[in-house]
Amino acid sequence: MYPLTSQKTAQENNGISVVHFDCGGCNGCDIEILATLTRIEDLKKLGITRVGDPSKANALVATGPVNHRNKEVLKSIYDRMQEPKLVFAVGTCACTGGLFHNCGNTLGGIDKVIPVDVYIPGCAVRPEQIIHAVNLAIKKLTQEGKPE
Amino acid sequence: MSNTQNISTFPFGPQDVLLPEPLKFQFYVDGDKIIKVDPTIGYVHRGLERAAELNDYRRNLYLCERICGICNVIHGQTYAGLIEKMTDTEIPERAQYLRSIWGELARLQSHLLWLGLFAEAVGNPQLFLDVWRDREIVLQLNEATNGHRIHLGTTLIGGAVKDIDESLAQKYFAELDKLRTRMDTWAVTMRKDPEFLAKTVDIGLLPKKDAVHSGAVGPVIRASGIPDDMRCNGYQAYGELDFEPITYDGCDVQSRVLVRLDETYQSIELIKRALKQMPTGPIAVKSEGFPEGEIVYRTEQPRGEVFYYGKGNGTIHLERLKIRTPTMPNIPPLLTMLTGDKKQNIPAIVHSIDPCISCTERITEIKEVA
Repeated sequence: MYPLTSQKTAQENNGISVVHFDCGGCNGCDIEILATLTRIEDLKKLGITRVGDPSKANALVATGPVNHRNKEVLKSIYDRMQEPKLVFAVGTCACTGGLFHNCGNTLGGIDKVIPVDVYIPGCAVRPEQIIHAVNLAIKKLTQEGKPE
Repeated sequence: MSNTQNISTFPFGPQDVLLPEPLKFQFYVDGDKIIKVDPTIGYVHRGLERAAELNDYRRNLYLCERICGICNVIHGQTYAGLIEKMTDTEIPERAQYLRSIWGELARLQSHLLWLGLFAEAVGNPQLFLDVWRDREIVLQLNEATNGHRIHLGTTLIGGAVKDIDESLAQKYFAELDKLRTRMDTWAVTMRKDPEFLAKTVDIGLLPKKDAVHSGAVGPVIRASGIPDDMRCNGYQAYGELDFEPITYDGCDVQSRVLVRLDETYQSIELIKRALKQMPTGPIAVKSEGFPEGEIVYRTEQPRGEVFYYGKGNGTIHLERLKIRTPTMPNIPPLLTMLTGDKKQNIPAIVHSIDPCISCTERITEIKEVA
């Protein structure tokens, strides 16, 4: 579905390969993630690629609050990802549960299930925030040392 | 199913590059022909209706806007309409027009989003980029209106939060004209390009009779030749805008594309007409009292009819809020479309109903039978 979808792995791209999963937000952040990918057509030059297969990715972009059913899916995606793993919690409800904090079926933010590296609050987030967060994450990745 | 040995199964979802939202299908195929489809939902179920009973009824407006980020404006308007009926609040005429304008702007945004995603699903990424480039015009109009790209947040119980002044109206006219000119450049691809038509014509058939029997709504039923549109009821300002529903008789995926494509042009016209006709006056009244009684309120979302049922007991909390969003009634027609079609047409057919899963997940399974 995505124009920047690539079959290459993170190492081949020499940057970060992003897999996207919606845990149950309102789609507002998801469409902003898509808008980020379309508005800046040379995002690839920054070393950011979107992949469909979690085993080829080293970054996970997750939106929305976790519920009892999709926490298993989220865990399995995280387990299949390559090391070092980066997790972005996009949107207020992915950070803390946000507006859905008292909904019956939600557990809260995605950090209840998997460790999160970068929190991006906002309802919905803006494309500029996502790019800023990715830059922060790339810095974190270079500090920790990239596998060569 | 006489020779069951040949039937193979394969899962689709919940995490797939073709699905922006988690939804699972189990396909049973014989060669490349689909025999049976089992959908599974529940991956984005939040239990939102229960939260709506726990919250203050005024806070629910923002909760209802977050049911779906794509059609947030109309969700908010529907909830506000429901509460206004329950508290006997008559909103000013200018507010009715403002709601119709922003509702159509939301429809424009949603249909452009879908046209782009659909182009990508049938293997035309350049068209996807073109459509989404033009969708930015609508998002920038949203931002100019109330400072936010996605969640417009202009609805208020009792009217509207913001007004459209002369300079903003001029901006609307100029930007919508620009959008229309740009749309002409790629709309011709969707109408005439043989490669595009090869993937959409006579695919995912939903005959008129099946569309009625399976309870399809919105562009899906209108593409089967039935002029079923809530806007015909003339709620908000639609009664004064000479609204006519758009229908096509093809019953296939191409008809659904054309219905939505024509509706984007129609939305531009409706917004312009409403801006010209809009009366002057106040934009909001104070809503007094607590919601009481049982009310059903229906409006037309980009994907079809949305149904709100509310029960109030004269306190600050609602006793019950039931929401049925348009993707839910469109899932049985989707199963009719998929059954008997070819495996390679799955992405085009699944996309043709414009599935919005975060909207749909109002219910979940209660128990498993051993």
